[in-house]
Amino acid sequence: MSHFHAVNRIHFTEKCSNGASVVSDTTSAVSITDLRKSFGSLEVLKGISLGAREGDVISILGASGSGKSTMLRCINMLEVPDSGEVRIGGELIGLKKTRHGMEPADRGQVDRIRSRVAMVFQSFNLWSHMTILENVIEAPVHVQKRPKAECIAEAEALLARVGIADKRNAYPSHLSGGQQQRAAIARALAMHPKVMLFDEPTSALDPELVGEVLRVMRSLAEEGRTMLVVTHEMGFARDVSNRVVFLHKGVVEEDGAPQEVFGAPKSERFKQFISNHR
Amino acid sequence: MDFAFMRDTFWTLLSGVPLTLNLAFTAVALGAVLAMLIALMRMSGVAVLDWLARGYVFVFRGSPLLVQIFLIYYGLGQFRPTLQEWGLWGFFREPYWCAIFALTLNTAAYASEIIRGGLQSVPAQQVEAARACGMSGFLLFRRIIFPIAVRQALPAYGSELILMVKATSLASIITMMEVTGLAAKLISQTFRAVEVFVVAGLIYLVLNFIITRIIMALEWWLSPHLRRPPEVTLPVEAAHV
Repeated sequence: MSHFHAVNRIHFTEKCSNGASVVSDTTSAVSITDLRKSFGSLEVLKGISLGAREGDVISILGASGSGKSTMLRCINMLEVPDSGEVRIGGELIGLKKTRHGMEPADRGQVDRIRSRVAMVFQSFNLWSHMTILENVIEAPVHVQKRPKAECIAEAEALLARVGIADKRNAYPSHLSGGQQQRAAIARALAMHPKVMLFDEPTSALDPELVGEVLRVMRSLAEEGRTMLVVTHEMGFARDVSNRVVFLHKGVVEEDGAPQEVFGAPKSERFKQFISNHR
Repeated sequence: MDFAFMRDTFWTLLSGVPLTLNLAFTAVALGAVLAMLIALMRMSGVAVLDWLARGYVFVFRGSPLLVQIFLIYYGLGQFRPTLQEWGLWGFFREPYWCAIFALTLNTAAYASEIIRGGLQSVPAQQVEAARACGMSGFLLFRRIIFPIAVRQALPAYGSELILMVKATSLASIITMMEVTGLAAKLISQTFRAVEVFVVAGLIYLVLNFIITRIIMALEWWLSPHLRRPPEVTLPVEAAHV
């Protein structure tokens, strides 16, 4: 696994050796520094810093409105922070100030980084007019420009892995929520992502469908993938992730290994939070 | 009712069908391109483009097509020297091209609103998923936004096509011998308005029936995701195995 990452990393840094970035921490997958973001007069992120190394599985907890989804969406620039830095694999995402606020300085850079940072959404967001297989091969074929036959073979293997090989020609609307989310995970994996972002992946599911999605996510964690997971699943945070971050009102309140954070919480608010989720 | 006469009339009017369809489909095809442009202008967020597009739709949707045809065919004739200077007279001299021009401008106004509705109905979440995969610009439009918008817009666009088939009858006013033009000529020769117009009406009805079926087939073909899955394995079927 580590060998794979090393090769991958060298390739990645070479590709973006246009002087825009310097790889300081060689194992840094995601690094955000002093991130701030407001929506109108509401300040959602009040200076958040967080680093994820390769292979980290970080659960991000917090009540709704704590800024956890906004923080995740800042990593792939679905939200553009007002200030602060985001680095993916050491590469700084350039931002510039415009009349409408901050914007990425180089759209091409953002597109390139997004094709390496996969995201899984709360409401799956599969493309309704494509079959499951077409959903999975869409970005590899049209964004990464890989040969179609290769992508199809890989997509079939991925669909088998998440347990919906028989649904390859079905449309998203024909699948249950759990199957759709597993298809969305296969779609994310097909991009060979360096980092996977999960934005409350089980929150829109019926309770009996949560398990099948969590099982897939657990298997991804076990093979050493770098994952940032915004979730309300305390079991996942405690047992699967190697680090837990608790956000409250746009600030990191707890940050540490699950045993420490759950075993001896320092923050009153986190104690309250876990007692509400028991 | 003289059925023998109606049969003859039918064969006479049928020779106008190719021109009727030619006018309708050419105008709808050209109008679709223009409509897409206008819809994108309206959604561009650039104030000047937005207002130009609004003004266009206001004028061509708000005034009668017949008036537009008259203005283009007869009105532009007054500017013949200027048009000759610009090398456009060869175009505006022909009633066929004047009819195409008027029908195209008219359908583009309606269709741009249909397309805008389709584009705005594309779920933001599906667009966001595409952006998160690294899609942007034309790729995002071509692969995700447009295919979803077309499926939304198709029923309304089918109605627009049918309206255009009927609107071609106005081209008879500027000497085009399509179905209505032939019918008017036949009436002036025979003075049997009822039979001739009944046959003409039936021809339009049949044309539009066929077009409706084609559009329904197209909708069916484009929307397997809205139907029940074909390969549902029912427990009964499992029992056969």
